[in-house]
Amino acid sequence: MAMNNSFTRCALKVIVALSSPMTRSFAQATAPPLSPTNIFAPVSTPADTIFGLSLFVLAITAAIFVTVFALLAYAVVRFRKRSDDDGREPPQVYGSNQVELAWTVIPVLVVVALFMATARVIGSVQKAAQPSNAIEVIAIGHQFWWEYRYPGLHVVTANELHVPVSDPAHPTPTFIKLLSADTDHSYWVPRLAGKTDLIPNRTNHMWIAPRETGLYLGQCAQYCGTQHAKMLLRVYVQSRDDFDRWIQEQSQAPSLSGAASEGRHIFETTACINCHAVAGTVADGRFGPDLSHLMSRETIAAGAAPNTPENLRRWIQNPDSIKPGSRMPAMELSDRELDAVTTYLTTLR
Amino acid sequence: MSTDSIALPRPREASRPLVDQLHDWVTTVDHKRLGIMYILFALFFLVVGGIEATIMRIQLIRPQNDFVSPEVFNRMFTMHGTTMIFFVAMPILFGFANYLVPLMIGARDMAFPRLNAFSFWLSAFGGILLYFSLVGANGLYGAGNAPDVGWFAYAPLTAQTFSRGHSTDFWTLAVLVSGFGSIGTAINILATILCLRCPGMKLGKMPLLAWLNLVMAGLVLLAIGPLTAAQMMLSLDRYLGAHFFDTQAGGSAVIWMHFFWIFGHPEVYVLVIPAFAFVSEIIPVFSRKAMFGYPIMVAATVAIGFLSMAVWAHHMFTVGLSSNANTFFVLSTMAIGVPTGIKIFNWLATMWGGKIHFQTPMLFCIAFLFQFLIAGLTGIMLSAAPFDWQLGNSYFVVAHFHYVIVGGILFALFGAFYYWFPKMSGKMYNETLGKVHFWLFVLGFHLTFDFMHVPGVLGMPRRIYTYEPGRGWDTWNLIVTIGVFFQALGILVFIGNLVWSRVKGNAAGSDPWDAWTLEWTTSSPPPAYNFAIIPTVKSRRPLWDLKHPEDPDWKYE
Repeated sequence: MAMNNSFTRCALKVIVALSSPMTRSFAQATAPPLSPTNIFAPVSTPADTIFGLSLFVLAITAAIFVTVFALLAYAVVRFRKRSDDDGREPPQVYGSNQVELAWTVIPVLVVVALFMATARVIGSVQKAAQPSNAIEVIAIGHQFWWEYRYPGLHVVTANELHVPVSDPAHPTPTFIKLLSADTDHSYWVPRLAGKTDLIPNRTNHMWIAPRETGLYLGQCAQYCGTQHAKMLLRVYVQSRDDFDRWIQEQSQAPSLSGAASEGRHIFETTACINCHAVAGTVADGRFGPDLSHLMSRETIAAGAAPNTPENLRRWIQNPDSIKPGSRMPAMELSDRELDAVTTYLTTLR
Repeated sequence: MSTDSIALPRPREASRPLVDQLHDWVTTVDHKRLGIMYILFALFFLVVGGIEATIMRIQLIRPQNDFVSPEVFNRMFTMHGTTMIFFVAMPILFGFANYLVPLMIGARDMAFPRLNAFSFWLSAFGGILLYFSLVGANGLYGAGNAPDVGWFAYAPLTAQTFSRGHSTDFWTLAVLVSGFGSIGTAINILATILCLRCPGMKLGKMPLLAWLNLVMAGLVLLAIGPLTAAQMMLSLDRYLGAHFFDTQAGGSAVIWMHFFWIFGHPEVYVLVIPAFAFVSEIIPVFSRKAMFGYPIMVAATVAIGFLSMAVWAHHMFTVGLSSNANTFFVLSTMAIGVPTGIKIFNWLATMWGGKIHFQTPMLFCIAFLFQFLIAGLTGIMLSAAPFDWQLGNSYFVVAHFHYVIVGGILFALFGAFYYWFPKMSGKMYNETLGKVHFWLFVLGFHLTFDFMHVPGVLGMPRRIYTYEPGRGWDTWNLIVTIGVFFQALGILVFIGNLVWSRVKGNAAGSDPWDAWTLEWTTSSPPPAYNFAIIPTVKSRRPLWDLKHPEDPDWKYE
């Protein structure tokens, strides 16, 4: 047991050593040119640790590949039938217990090494305790968008998650409780963490501790229906001040001006309010995204289109033109009504 | 040892009316004819499933492409997966088992010939049922058409709430019905191998192909049961108000996953163990050496069989199982790498010191070794649960299991086709066309599935009908799609070769490969009764003993 412990500690040290400096240089070197969703460009703790383990696993599998491939290539070249073959059968060999024992024991040792390193990382991610200063978020998967609730902070928003940056010296991680309103979904922002599923009738958990500000992308990774492909994830990692300001703005009801009263009237007297909520008004539906601070978001339709008045109008007129199979019905409004509702929505800041 | 003197009834058959000949095929209980029917049925669906894959790849050739709608794309991946697993891979492997097992153990037929025919027709009916959904599943308000819930059909997407109409029911019934066919065939293979071996063929003297099919049949019996139960529960949910998987009424989506994968992972080994069987027959013959470490190969196969029952939740590392559960399934999954590795080493050792002949069957087996090695290593990566939290459900996984199924199983199957085609048809295939097929397929396979790993690492999830530009996925997807066309071309050459050789090929003779197992003692194609006199064997390679009376195997085994 003592040996096991010292071994795993050693393996973990290798992982940490591999992950910290290399992670950073690799992340900076490769993230923008290759892909904004590269799993090998982590900027947050679980993704960092996983990256370290990945390198360890990749190194071992690469070594196995080189060894076995070399044996195969050698056998194919060395033992091919020659053109001057005498036609006699080669010596028949039926087996060798010593050789069999060797290529059983060595793989067993490799498996033990891989297993112990992996078990350590599983524990470090799944058993991490939630510190008292952690941000708590509830993420609820819907067909085909994300609902976010910040319990205690009175914030409800959709599709764009805001979290504070976490200083590695004084971590302020974000703990996310994962729920589903309908089918299975999966939360995957590769540069922050591995994926965790959102399953109806079940509560799952994940956490992130991003160490760099920025926008991190991802998308639903469990097939959830027609528009699984356009259920995109956007996580805004902000400085603590920016994050606090954002929370402050989001936790207040929008200031409604009289200028858009016609649109507001249409919105509140049609089916819109069955599904959508606007804080401080009669609209309190929960099937669709909360629109209280719609204009503070950069995208609509779970990241499928930029949030512009033109796209909003197009979306209300016919959601299928942006996202065929979306759950929102075409609202069958007249041009005048469309303009009015769009104007009303653009006042929701 | 030549049996050319046996009078064949075949020449008269050609002159019989076509209707009579077809009637013979439909009513046959001959294991060889049923085997060939299984194989032809599966080849037809291989082309259908391949067309579905091609449609998906054209849609994904560039970001935000508009070739098919999301609905059609979702039906395509559901039908592609279901077709390839249940109506291509399983029937084609059952076909070879049906054809080869009785011949290789010196029997005149399977243990239960009528059950054999019944099983085939059940499987065929399942396939027809699945595709009948295209016209029959309209259901409510035209909702329906082909099923679109994915081949593992996770709850609650299959509940009435999310899946109107009857498409999911066609899927359920197709899988259920063909599952009963699989169970029948598994019982038949088990009974045949255990009861009908020829005199002298103790279990330890069986060809490896028989041993591996024995393990495969045992796994089928254990694995299909949970799947059948789950399909019945799903139907109860949908029509009789049960709530097994209906999360809106308190059911559990995760229970479906357990049921499905406790079938689904042994299923992988149901498919790959027969592929191991082909390779274990072909490599020795083309290296001109006895199989290295036969008892260890048997033990490794049995070990894989047992272990494969205890690894299913590695498909569920992301569903939020406890860290203890995840850790257990990491260990069991990694452990299965040991017996698999032993197999690869034994095949290498068989080639070591041999005189390797590079005809088409051997080329496919060498490519199998190379590709199965890589598939196993990406499997090790996925078995490390945290790595799987990143790679799971991404294109990396899609690339990994296609490496297993295409790079491993299909390559071994092509090897088997070329190796046993002379026995089944009596004609020799065209070696040049065989090599053209091999190289086209190697090129297409590697273009498609090597490069498919990359978008997975770059964050591309599977089952998306389109993707955003600017994610760095475009070029990789383009290359992947180009590879598909080389594979399709390879398949055309393959089918062309089979058809042309069947009609115009040279007579093969009973033993074209100078091989060592019993199927090569009888004529090509074998008579309905297989052997005029049931053979008696003394070793694992009865023909070696006959050809080398001065140095027979039984002295050493």
